[in-house]
Parts: sequence; structure tokens; C-alpha cells
Amino acid sequence: MGVPEGGGAGGLSLVGIGKSFGGAGVLHDVELDVSPGEFFSILGPSGCGKTTLLRVVAGFEQPDRGSVILAGRDVTRVSARERGVGMVFQNYALFPSMTVRGNLAFGLERRGASRAEVDGKVRSIAEAVGMVEKLEQNVTSLSGGEQQRVAVARALVVEPAVLLFDEPLSNLDVTLRQRTREEIRTLQRRFGITALYVTHDRGEALSLSDRIGVMRDGRLEQGGPPADVYESPASPFVAEFLGDASLVRGTVLRNRFRPDGAADDHLLAVALRDGPAVAAVRPENVEVRPAGGPGMPATVVSVEYLGLITTVTVRWNGVLLRSVRTGSFAGGPSLRAGEAAGVAVDWQRVAVFPGE
Amino acid sequence: MRRRLPTLLPLLLLAVLYTGYVLGPLAALLSESLRTGGGWTLERYAALVDPRNSAALEAVANSVGVSVASVVLSAPVGLLLALAFTQCEFPGRRALARLALLPVALPPLVGVIAFMLVFGESGMVPGALRGLFGPAAPVPVLDGIPAVVAVHVYSFFVYSYLFVSSALLRVDASALEAAASLGAGPGRTFARVVLPFLRPALAGASLLTFMASMASFTAPLLFAGDRRFMTLQITIAKTNGDLPGAAAMSFALAAVSALFFLLLRSTGAADTAAARTKGVARPGRLPLSRPVCLGLALFAWVFVLICMAPPAAIILVSFAREGSWTTQLLPGAVTADHYLRLFTDASAFEPLRNSAVMSVLALAAVLPAGVAAAWMLVKGPLRRWRGASDAALTLPYAVPGTVTAVALILAFALPSPAAGGSILVGTFWILPLAYAVRTYPLMIRSVSAALSSVDDSLLEAAGSLGAGPWRTFRRVVAPLVVPAVASGAVLVLVASLGEFVSSVLLYTYDSRPASVEIFSRLRAYDLGGAAALSVLLMAAMLILVAAGSRVDRSGDGRIGPFSG
Repeated sequence: MGVPEGGGAGGLSLVGIGKSFGGAGVLHDVELDVSPGEFFSILGPSGCGKTTLLRVVAGFEQPDRGSVILAGRDVTRVSARERGVGMVFQNYALFPSMTVRGNLAFGLERRGASRAEVDGKVRSIAEAVGMVEKLEQNVTSLSGGEQQRVAVARALVVEPAVLLFDEPLSNLDVTLRQRTREEIRTLQRRFGITALYVTHDRGEALSLSDRIGVMRDGRLEQGGPPADVYESPASPFVAEFLGDASLVRGTVLRNRFRPDGAADDHLLAVALRDGPAVAAVRPENVEVRPAGGPGMPATVVSVEYLGLITTVTVRWNGVLLRSVRTGSFAGGPSLRAGEAAGVAVDWQRVAVFPGE
Repeated sequence: MRRRLPTLLPLLLLAVLYTGYVLGPLAALLSESLRTGGGWTLERYAALVDPRNSAALEAVANSVGVSVASVVLSAPVGLLLALAFTQCEFPGRRALARLALLPVALPPLVGVIAFMLVFGESGMVPGALRGLFGPAAPVPVLDGIPAVVAVHVYSFFVYSYLFVSSALLRVDASALEAAASLGAGPGRTFARVVLPFLRPALAGASLLTFMASMASFTAPLLFAGDRRFMTLQITIAKTNGDLPGAAAMSFALAAVSALFFLLLRSTGAADTAAARTKGVARPGRLPLSRPVCLGLALFAWVFVLICMAPPAAIILVSFAREGSWTTQLLPGAVTADHYLRLFTDASAFEPLRNSAVMSVLALAAVLPAGVAAAWMLVKGPLRRWRGASDAALTLPYAVPGTVTAVALILAFALPSPAAGGSILVGTFWILPLAYAVRTYPLMIRSVSAALSSVDDSLLEAAGSLGAGPWRTFRRVVAPLVVPAVASGAVLVLVASLGEFVSSVLLYTYDSRPASVEIFSRLRAYDLGGAAALSVLLMAAMLILVAAGSRVDRSGDGRIGPFSG
């Protein structure tokens, strides 16, 4: 099985999608363009509308406004079964009464496909996901990871124009999740298929995607390559959600930022109009040192040892700031909760937004 | 439009069936009860509660009083058995737990007759006691109101037993451990943690018992003597040609039942039995002391043995030579004559064949309609109004058999469009129709429970893989609900095969079902023949139930409150 023909690797465009349930707006004017063969992730907290957006693309929900353009064709009014969209469900939605083969063949057994043709396609997709051995097993006897692979294969085998993923890794344990996400990425590249992936796990979104879109309250807040969005968040929300940033309120005056209640002000890298502002301080911009040294006086609130890294949270000027120490730093001078410490912020690399 | 048609057409068809066979007859009942020569009147309803009308008042008072007593006595029996079987270990526990379900598998009429054979005026127990203490000795005999209540407890304790058992099995171990770690003893844990948890189950079982007792017909018929009951009064009024009076009492009884049915639904307890096998990872066990368990085990043994006596007696009677058995505990001479007669005499066998044919006909109607209705309720166009639609569709479940019969008589005594323009009363067809109307809610409940556990994402997955509604149903849904359809079919067949209450008002000689034949043989003092027929009926039902439980291992214990 090579690169899917026909509808495979079509682009996807969403134009002004709006949707409400019982008067409550869930999606507002969502615009999105996914190029053919691109892996696009929608990232957002639960309840932000990302799953609804995915269901609109799949054809399970009708948008109130806007259109879904698939491989150049407006499919907004086309039913799910005729849309040519593959979907990997959060709970996999494997048909429990069928074997692995039955599940994989289900989408192929129609419109006069010959048995040999179906068998061949089933076999090659099963090989691609390493499930040939288990073709005759009932899906209920498979492990979570295996079920996940069957779900991906079942969606891929019908050569859809777009492959949709609805938090497909959330039911797997941590190590399996890591491995499976690499497998998904490999398969997607190999088949050159356009993928739209929905998740609330930023690690997943950042590592898998060509581009990501951060969603909030039914709106796409920012889109772009993972590094760009991470490095240059467009809003405090994106910085907080994607970069674990602490938000520090203050004032900008002549390109200098003074946190509320602080004695000193700090030079910023970006030019911002004078007025109230919010600085999003990410852990990697913060360094905590033992008391008595350089840095602004702070109190250690907690020290979390996580193996590879250690996070230290301090209270400074009424704000909690997190810092991350890795490897050699972690073994540095020990800090304990409740102790005084000094904290230094690399203000040059801090994103600052106009405040209310 | 092309896509909407497949959903609208079955909906329309269902609406026509429901109007023609459920709403129509009930409307006919209401209109008959309100109509006078030229206008409308509420007189007949006023007569039901008129203090001067002692007959009606007595009927209402007896029906309500007996039902309350049945609830008050059944609930503790069910609770004690549930505690014994789920919380204690003792020899024979598993077998007894199954045997305790036996009364519910007995055809209503058979159960009452069997009860009479053991505890009645000339029953085995009084007979044996007289043999022991002399013919003139005062021995306890079950008769009158206490006998009716006893039969009800015997037939309906199963509701509280099943509901409470399933609730007890879902008591989380950690809740009990938490209570213990907070210093609560067994008594306090039971009162404060377990009992509140059991309340919906007990409430649901009590409502069901009350409904079933109000609808009870056979027990008053055989035991009440000249005391009046609502169901009996309806029959008497109908027999005397006072159809408006029968209609008023029927409608009142149906309204009370419907009220209790809606109450029952609001407790949500009707579903507790359905949740039994889903279970919790770790069901907790109450810290009952040894003496308590010993007491419970003793009670369980004695009670279940008493429960087994009536069916055992009926088997004995079916093999006893006529007249050979008077005061001894066991018959003097054994014979297979009663059975041989059933198979050699064509007219004796006919009722069995009638029952079989009419039950299968009822099933043939209920199967497609019930499955389609369940689909529409759970996954189809009615799911948005599922609560209300489900209540409306399963309402006939709550209507007493006597009332169903009177309503059908009123609706189909004249040529009716729902009967293709002909008269059904007095024909063979009215019986299968009555069975179908009474039993289709069982099919809906069974199938909709199974459909509810079919995740919507399966249907969406099938859709996104290009399958249309029909292919999705055939390939994905059907394999998952076949067991539920089968167990629904068993429930329908079992309820129809033994149906007596509606049949006795609707049959003609040529269409008389097995239950009516048993009753007339009993009236003709052909005890052996009645018993043999009862045993065959029991055997058929046990075989069906066994077959059903093989197919449907989910065993979600849906129980039909089909009272006698």
C-alpha cells in the first residue's frame, strides 16, 4: 500500500465555522487551513470546542454557519458516510462483535470491491501497524495499545482525504503513549495523509505536529509551527496554557516593565505601548538561587523532584514563579520549602501583553 | 427528503400501531365510562367512592388494603433473603438463591392453584395435620384475605429480593471500610451507609409489588370467597352486562397503576436490577456476625423450602390417582393417566396448542415492533424525548390484565379500522392481540437496555467508514443486541403462554388457552387434569427461561410484574 490515491492527502479548509448547542455558542467563526499531507493539532483545555470542531469536520455535527472544504470540494452538506474522512475515536469505537480483520475490512466491503482486493488491503495495512499476527483475534481480546493500532489502521485503510484523531492516546499509559505517538507520526508521514489531531496534551501536540492551533472558548487563538507558537505566544492564555507561564501584572513605561508592587523596573525586548501590561514568565526564564546571593528576594513554596528535572516554585511579590532545574543544576545548592531565596528573571525573553 | 424518509416512515408506522392498539382501546374505555344516553357524566366515578355504594367501596378498600399488606410483608422477606444470599456463606447458598426465583417463573394461575393445593382448605398441610390430630382438630387453613396476601407475598417477594440483592452487590467495599475506619459498628454501618443506599431499590420493589397486587386477579378469584376486589368487580360488572360500570372501575384502576408506574420510573429503581452485572470492581461485604448469618441462613432455607412446596405439590397431584389421596402427606397410588389423556384426547390437547400458536403470533408482532420502537427510543428520532416516549410506550406494562381485556372488548366489539374493518371480539385474534399489547413493553425494555450500551461512536465509526443506516444496524448493532432480543422474546413467550387474566375475559371455546382450560378443569374438580396441564405449562416455561439465560448471559434480570 503506497500513498493513497484519489482523495488521499487532500487539503482541508474551514471557513467561518459557527456552532451552538441550545443557544450556547460552542464554535465562533473558526478559520483553518491544513495543507495536503500536513499534521495539524488543535490544542486546548477541555470544553474549548475542539472535539465539536473535529465532529463538524467528520460530518457528525452540522455547523450553523460556515463551510468545510475538503480537497477543494465543499462537503458541508455531505453526510459522514460519503465524506471520505477517517476518524480515530478516543475510545477507538472498534466493533466488538468482529475480529481485527472484520474491523479492518468493514470500510472496504462495499461497492463491489472484490474479496481479493479487500484481503490484500487489509493485509498490507495490518503489516503497516504490525497486527498481521492478530488478524483473526476478536478485538475485545487486544491490549489498549493494540486496539489503538487497529483503530488507526481501520481509519487509514479506506484511504480517506483527511484522518481525524480525537484524543486517541488518552486511554493509554504514559510509556505506551510516548511510543504510540511516534508510531502515529511515522504512519502519517509514510502515507502522506493530511491529519487533524485534537488533544489537551501540549507535549503531544508539540511533538507530533507540523503546525498547531491553540483553541479557547470556541475560537482558534493562535496557529503556527509549534516552536513559533511556543516562543512567541499571541496572548497570555497561549503562554500560560502552552508554556506553563506565570502571569505577572504590571505597567509598561518607556519600554520598561514594572511589576505591580515591585520596586524595580526591567527592560523589555519588545516595544509595547505605555500602560498596564501582563508579563508571561515561563519556567525556563526563571532562575532560583540560594538567599544572600544576587536576585530579587523570594520565598521557596515547593520543590518537586521529578527525576529528569526538578521544579522549584517561589513566591515573589505576591506572584508564584516556577523554575526548572535540570541535571547538574538539580544537584546544586539544596532549597527547601519555606526558606528564603533569590530569584532572577530573564526579562529580555519574557513575553509581555497589553493588560486591561 | 430522501434521507429523512427512512426515519419518518417507521415512526409513522409505530404511531399508527400505538394509536390503534394502545391509546385507542384506552380511549374507548374512558369514553364508555363517561357516556350516558345523550351526553357525558362522571356519575360512575363518583359511585366508586360513594359511601352509600358499599360494594364499590369494599372493593377499593380490599384492593388497597391487601396491596399495602403485601408490600409491608414482601419487603422484609426480600431484604432478609437478599442479605442472606449476598452477605453470608452457608451450605446450599447458590442453589437456594436460584430456587428463590421459582415463584416468578410460575404461570400466575398455576402458582395460585399450587398454593391452594398445599395450604388451602383441603390442602396437603391442613390435610396432614388433620391426619395427625384427628379430622375435627382445629388446624390452620389459609383462606380469605390472609390467603390473598400470602399468595402475593409468595409471588412478589422476588421483586424486593432481586432489587435489594443487586443494590447490595453494588455497595462499594471502600464505603464500608471507610465506615469501619471511622469507628462505626455493623449496626451503625448498616443503618447509616447501607440502608440509604438500598432505599431506591426498596422503594422501587414496593411500588412494583403494590402495582402487581392491585392488578392481582387470580388470588382473589380463588381465595377471596364473597369478598369484593376491584379486579373481580370489573369482571362481574362485565359479565352482568354493565360495561360502563366495568369501564369506570377499569379506568380508575388503570389510572392508579399508571400513577404508580410513573412513580416507579422516577425512583430509577427499575433499572437497578439491570445494572446488576455491570457491578463494581470490588463489592463490599457487610461485617455481619456469625449468629446473624446463621439466623439469615436458617430463614433462607425455611422460606425457600416453603416456596418449593406449591410447585412440588402440583407435580405430585398430577401423578396421583383420583381419590387415592385424602389425608396422607403423599398420594397412595401413582398414575400417568392425566398426562396420557392430554396427549391422546385431541380436545384436551387443543388448549396447549392454542396457547403455543397464540403466543408465537403475539411474538411475531412484538418482535419487529418492539425492536423498532427500542431503536427509535435509544438511537433514533425519539431519543430527544426519551423519558416521556419511553413512559408512554411502556405504559401497557402497568395496565392490569383485566383492564386491558375490557379496553380491547370496548374497542373491538364493533368493526374497527385497527382491525381491518372487522369485529375482533369473539374471534381467535383478540387473544394474541391482547398478549402482544401486554407484552411488547418487555421487548422494548430488553432491547433498549442493550442498545443503551452500544456507544454512539460505534455508529459514527461505521458511518465514517461509509456504511449506511441499514448496514450499520445489520453489521454493527444487531450482533450486539441479538441476545437481548432473544431474552425479550423469551419474556414475551413466557408471559403469553401462561396468560390467564386477560384470556379469561376474551376467550371463546375454540380459542381457549391452557390457563383457561386449567381453570375450568379445576372448577369441574378434575384436579389431576388441571395439575398435569399446569406441569406441562411450567415445564415449557422453565425450558424457555433456561434457553433464554443461555443466550443472554448478561442476565440483567428484567422482570415482568405480571400478576395473576
